[in-house]
Amino acid sequence: MNFIKKPLSDFGNYVMLMGRTFTRPDRWREFFRCYIDEVYKLGVNSILIVFIISIFIGAVITIQMQLNIMSPSLPRYTVGYAVREIVLLEFSSSIMALILAGKVGSNIASEIGTMRVTEQIDAMEIMGINSANYIILPKVVAMVTYIPVLSAFSMITGLGGAYFIALFTDIMPISTLTHGFQAFFREYYIWYALFKTLFFGFIISSVASFYGYSVKGGSREVGRASTNAVVTSSVIVLIVDVLLTTIMMG
Amino acid sequence: MIEVKNINKTFEGRQVLFDISARFETGKTNLIIGQSGSGKTVLLKSIIGLVKPEMGDILYDGRNSMGMNSRQVKELRKEIGMLFQGAALFDSETVLGNVMYPLRMNTRMSYQECKKRAEFCLERVNLRGANDLYPSEISGGMQKRVAIARAIALNPKYLFCDEPNSGLDPKTSLVIDELLSDITHEYNITTIINTHDMNSVLGIGEHIIFINKGHLAWEGTSSQITTSGNDALDDFIFATPLFKDVKGYLVSQGK
Repeated sequence: MNFIKKPLSDFGNYVMLMGRTFTRPDRWREFFRCYIDEVYKLGVNSILIVFIISIFIGAVITIQMQLNIMSPSLPRYTVGYAVREIVLLEFSSSIMALILAGKVGSNIASEIGTMRVTEQIDAMEIMGINSANYIILPKVVAMVTYIPVLSAFSMITGLGGAYFIALFTDIMPISTLTHGFQAFFREYYIWYALFKTLFFGFIISSVASFYGYSVKGGSREVGRASTNAVVTSSVIVLIVDVLLTTIMMG
Repeated sequence: MIEVKNINKTFEGRQVLFDISARFETGKTNLIIGQSGSGKTVLLKSIIGLVKPEMGDILYDGRNSMGMNSRQVKELRKEIGMLFQGAALFDSETVLGNVMYPLRMNTRMSYQECKKRAEFCLERVNLRGANDLYPSEISGGMQKRVAIARAIALNPKYLFCDEPNSGLDPKTSLVIDELLSDITHEYNITTIINTHDMNSVLGIGEHIIFINKGHLAWEGTSSQITTSGNDALDDFIFATPLFKDVKGYLVSQGK
């Protein structure tokens, strides 16, 4: 029965931790200071990895599309159209969220886990400070507010990667690709993708914070918490992606 | 004054504290001693509220912390300073930032006032010129002194120290002991120190309780400890060759 009891108990503890997290900060000035710090640490510091992955994946998707869907029965701009839809609808939101679950999730879990094992969290509690609110809330708010920025940036660089591969190779004319980018465009898709990222940002930051905050033991447990945070948040991101896609696109 | 009455604590079916009752006087360095695993850290954490005992009362100058709601506990904790075993300084803050932290979070003082108070506390623990350094850039002894400065920043009525000398050399340990003793007397604080360092016990122990296998096995002062007649306590304090020699000397002197 432990395989049922453990997840249920973890979920209960997660809900209770979120209850302690989402309370009014004791000091708004401290909250904003931490928030800006977290935006820089979790968001701005992720721009480079988002840029590199997006530009290369955008280029690779274009090459693969050109190789695999070229048919006399399909117009040539189909490649640009398909690349745009993949990048906007899934890559820049869901796949990017999985990448961020690895980078940001492990960072959050190990940072909070280390604070737990070195008694820094206990020290805050002794000072009469709601440690969950002080540590976790700025991370969650920073992630939820900044992940749409990263996603939008990923959309631009992903399509940029496609553009550059067409520009510097002869796989297809630039004008055909950009015509595909613009064909049958629906603005709703962008809002849909950005809306999804709000959920993903919350899942990544809150699940990682929960695993970090719940660490008991030493450095081995911190490592384990970090791994569990990445695995669990990735799985939840995928499940939520299916649910949101069914609800919003179905 | 802190008074604990009939404290019992169990972890996963294993009882670690058995009906502990003791009184810790104001203005005195009260020591909790015992072997590793005897339950002294659990007792200290129970008194502070980091661990919740199943049974018993903990009275802070007559106020029972066991019956307090979260708001009352929060208010009580503003009267408490704590020195953790590993100092527990915030990695992301400088030395000055660490000492300013409780002031920033718990008072309406301006930045300049917080800074002035933090600098005063750092001066009090004889730490100068390290304000802008991070905890990872200073020694273990300095970290402990920063932690003491942080613990006294809010003028606490109660000071708790969990193994303040662990990981320190004997000379630095003496400095920390003297500092804790001086602060206790100077500010008339109720100080409870959890230790198994015999130098501390003999040096600053004004009131000592000995915990053995979760039971309160002995209570007295540092001058009484070597002649307690308690076998478990004798085993504990005369465990090292140096203290065995001390015991031999005491016996030879007829004490």
